[in-house]
Amino acid sequence: MIHVHDLTYRYPGQSRPALLDVNLDVPAGQFCAVVGANAAGKSTLCYALTGFVPHFYRGKLQGTISVAGRDLLQTPPGELAGEIGLVFQNPFNQITGARFTVREEVAFGLENLGLPREEILSRIDEALALTGLADVADRSPYALSGGQQQRLAIASMVVMRPRVLVLDEPTSQLDPVGTREVFAALSALAAAGDTTVVLAEHKLEWLAAFAQRVVALSGGQIVADGPPREVLTSPEIKGCGVGQTRYTQAARVAQRDGLVPADKPLPITLQQAIDFFT
Amino acid sequence: MNLLLEDVTFTYPSGVVALREVSLTIASGEVVALVGENGAGKTTLAKLANGLLKPQRGRVLVGESDTRQRSIAQLARHVGYVFQNPDEQLFERTVWAEVAFGPRNLGHAEAEVRASVEAALAQVGLAAEAQRHPYDLNASQRKLVALAATLAMNTSALILDEPTTGQDAGGIALLAELVEGLKKKGRTVVTISHDVDFCMEHFERAVVMSGGRILADGPVAAILSDAELLARANVEPPQLVRLAAALGLSPSPRTPDEFAALLAAQAGR
Repeated sequence: MIHVHDLTYRYPGQSRPALLDVNLDVPAGQFCAVVGANAAGKSTLCYALTGFVPHFYRGKLQGTISVAGRDLLQTPPGELAGEIGLVFQNPFNQITGARFTVREEVAFGLENLGLPREEILSRIDEALALTGLADVADRSPYALSGGQQQRLAIASMVVMRPRVLVLDEPTSQLDPVGTREVFAALSALAAAGDTTVVLAEHKLEWLAAFAQRVVALSGGQIVADGPPREVLTSPEIKGCGVGQTRYTQAARVAQRDGLVPADKPLPITLQQAIDFFT
Repeated sequence: MNLLLEDVTFTYPSGVVALREVSLTIASGEVVALVGENGAGKTTLAKLANGLLKPQRGRVLVGESDTRQRSIAQLARHVGYVFQNPDEQLFERTVWAEVAFGPRNLGHAEAEVRASVEAALAQVGLAAEAQRHPYDLNASQRKLVALAATLAMNTSALILDEPTTGQDAGGIALLAELVEGLKKKGRTVVTISHDVDFCMEHFERAVVMSGGRILADGPVAAILSDAELLARANVEPPQLVRLAAALGLSPSPRTPDEFAALLAAQAGR
């Protein structure tokens, strides 16, 4: 579904590439997480997978990017709407400012695609239920809290039923239960097979529990790529600013203190930690 | 100086009632975490505590001053507030000018301003970016600029709205060090955060909010161990609390080292 080949990209006026020799293949229906320190290239990769790089940001790009069967370098972003969706890091950047209610805001993309009214209404209800916004459907988007606006940004993209959904730290302002719900919803979307999900995130506990694959970036390059447990406990990501879950930290301390054998594989989730310590 | 909210009710012009009869006292030097679901009223409470919002019912005191009788500028000398979204706060052309704005406005001498700015930028690790435009920095760095701008005011109380959001492991370590440093200096620090692991490790008191009310208020370890209470506010206990509970270890550990000590004690029994 996603094929990135030898991608190197520089923002205008920058000497250092934001992405360097990136190769990435993501099959249809995969839930793939991207981790890395700030400025490691996570957001840039999100932009590259959705056409914002280079079409909006310009700059210098080498390599090829194909998503959902389209060559992104040759396709204007407008033609990708409906097939590829991006949820921005900051929901304030996503809300149109052209609609009075949450419901109308979620309708915006579908209206632009000219879908029948009945279908628009039913898809909106579905997206609002999925993101827990049904109770505030008639409020102004600007009368929502930060976390609610972030859910709105997600609802506006999910409602489009894109084949590829790219999300740049979409839960940064959500409460813990809201975060879990979003992760579960994304995981379910991917598992249904119709949507490929690429998610840049710092919240390792939830990636560990829901993502099928983790790609770690450092200095614009992929430094580790594989199953979450393998990547998040690998020596390659040490010093890359990715961090560790508290489960991994506790396990490392216990191994240091000789409480658990040093060769036992480190846990990244609660269940793995329970198994590790019993 | 103490921060006091007494029977405060606040309704936004849109009609949304954000706080309902909330009373809370934060004593000088306390480090307090406000946790709770999205839309619980945490940010509204914080904006009332520094006078950005004024209560319609009840009253808010900063030290002895009723916030309704003081201007935002007067209150800013005492209570610093770092916005959740730095872009609501930043407006200068360089990081240096941004951080210098507060102390200059307080009327400090230029030498003193310089010292405050340098100290604040060093604390957030942005000394090398002083001459850059804030919007040439990435979102997490902009957040640190906003934090430095508030630190440079040397206020006795500081409110940090979702400080760890969007920060990587290095940024979170830096914030942890900063909070520990402020604690040692006896500053009042209030954070609003969904990062319960961070709150558990670095804050001493937790206040749980839901639907514009305070559900619970007490020592952080006790409050953040109460899964049933937290569930009512859409919050889950910290990772180490859940792990300790699953393994039958008590009391709830606040750090990986505390967890290991519990484990060692259990093995020794």
